[in-house]
Amino acid sequence: MTDDLPVAKTDDIEIRLLLEAIFRKYHYDFRNYAIASIKRRLVQARDHFRCATFSQLQDKALHDPAILRELLGFLTVQVSEMFRDPSYFKAIREKVVPHLRTYPSLKIWVAGCSSGEEVYSLAILLREEGLEEKAMIYATDINPEALRKAEAGIFSTDRIQQFTQNHRLSGGKSSLSDYYTADYGGAQFDKTLRSRVLFSDHSLVTDAVFGEMHLISCRNVLIYFDRDLQDRAIGLFRDSLGRKGFLGLGSKESLRFSKHSDAFADFSRDERLYQKLGA
Amino acid sequence: MADAATKPAAIVIGASAGALGALSVILPELPAAYRVPVLVVVHVPPDRNNMMVDLLQAKSQIRICEAEDKDSIRPGVAYLAPPDYHLQVEPTHEISLSNDEAVMFSRPSIDVLFETAADAYGPGLIGVVLTGGNSDGSKGLRAIIDAGGQGLVQRPDLAFATAMPQAAAAACPEAQVLSLEDIAAYLKKAGT
Repeated sequence: MTDDLPVAKTDDIEIRLLLEAIFRKYHYDFRNYAIASIKRRLVQARDHFRCATFSQLQDKALHDPAILRELLGFLTVQVSEMFRDPSYFKAIREKVVPHLRTYPSLKIWVAGCSSGEEVYSLAILLREEGLEEKAMIYATDINPEALRKAEAGIFSTDRIQQFTQNHRLSGGKSSLSDYYTADYGGAQFDKTLRSRVLFSDHSLVTDAVFGEMHLISCRNVLIYFDRDLQDRAIGLFRDSLGRKGFLGLGSKESLRFSKHSDAFADFSRDERLYQKLGA
Repeated sequence: MADAATKPAAIVIGASAGALGALSVILPELPAAYRVPVLVVVHVPPDRNNMMVDLLQAKSQIRICEAEDKDSIRPGVAYLAPPDYHLQVEPTHEISLSNDEAVMFSRPSIDVLFETAADAYGPGLIGVVLTGGNSDGSKGLRAIIDAGGQGLVQRPDLAFATAMPQAAAAACPEAQVLSLEDIAAYLKKAGT
């Protein structure tokens, strides 16, 4: 008995099985997500769907495909702001943009874009710096509902004050109010901001390399992954970046556990900006 | 000296208004060779300069650091939640950070740390609720005690802000309600 595996807790077994079921049936792979966050989110989903156990939620997920969309909402919920961590955008503006200016055309990837706050932030920054015309922004997420919201570009007006302050602190050269019209409880962002944006479905867990990028921004996505999955994603970024391309992570994310860290140099350590080494 | 069988696996501490003063009584009491990891959530504003680490390190013998995502949790180190992120414990005893919504207006949330730590450590965990003006930590301390761990609560009559320890003591009648000095002595003995 003493050498046997420790007895797993029932809800941990159930969560493993539920994630396996979601993967086998729908090909959304959360099996290597960090478990603490996934569990909290699944508890919310379980209560929302009025299931007594995760096994009941699994039963529902397998036999009622209609709930998948809502379940994905629980599993991928992301909270962001426009110009979140203004110093990150300030560093892009002051330190990365001079490099970007030297290219005839630009490809930028916002990986895990959720409802699009960062996409619009970068689009505004590029317009302010006069780089918009030669840039293409690829905005990807696994959640079609989030992509739809991102594409709509409508944000609640009670968030605008924070966005405005962040934009100013990021070194914004214009007024944020130039880019939206406030209407019936929502701020609708200028549709022309997304004329250079391509929204698409892409998974960092199961999908492949994305093409010769000059800048990849993927913030507060990797913290939801375990170390192995973080490594897969970082490998994907390395292979998707062109020579001397830039990678920006969230303020509490780094490459220090990654076996791919040798492929990058610190570019702005405090802002978690890295540059791929020239081959 | 506590032996290996009774030594706790980890200690989690939550504090809000008046946190710096309270932690300045407890953490400096822990010796350099302390054998237990300490995880701390303090309600701090979401800006990125966390002075708390430097202020506490200057007074302490154990190492004080801001928690980094996927850090392995080591004994004798106190990990503080970074501003604007939840601090969580994985079943592998690694740290994970999360950007999920605030819980009861707080990110970091004491409940989130306590509940994930209760899950990861079970009966080996000690949870400590200190001064504060809200009720964060009550649910989490309940989860720790329900998982077989121990609860300590600062005496509300001696706390800088009474609401948080009061709420925790009411939610957890099993918790010991102690002065800061007694909490410090208790933790020192438990992990030395």
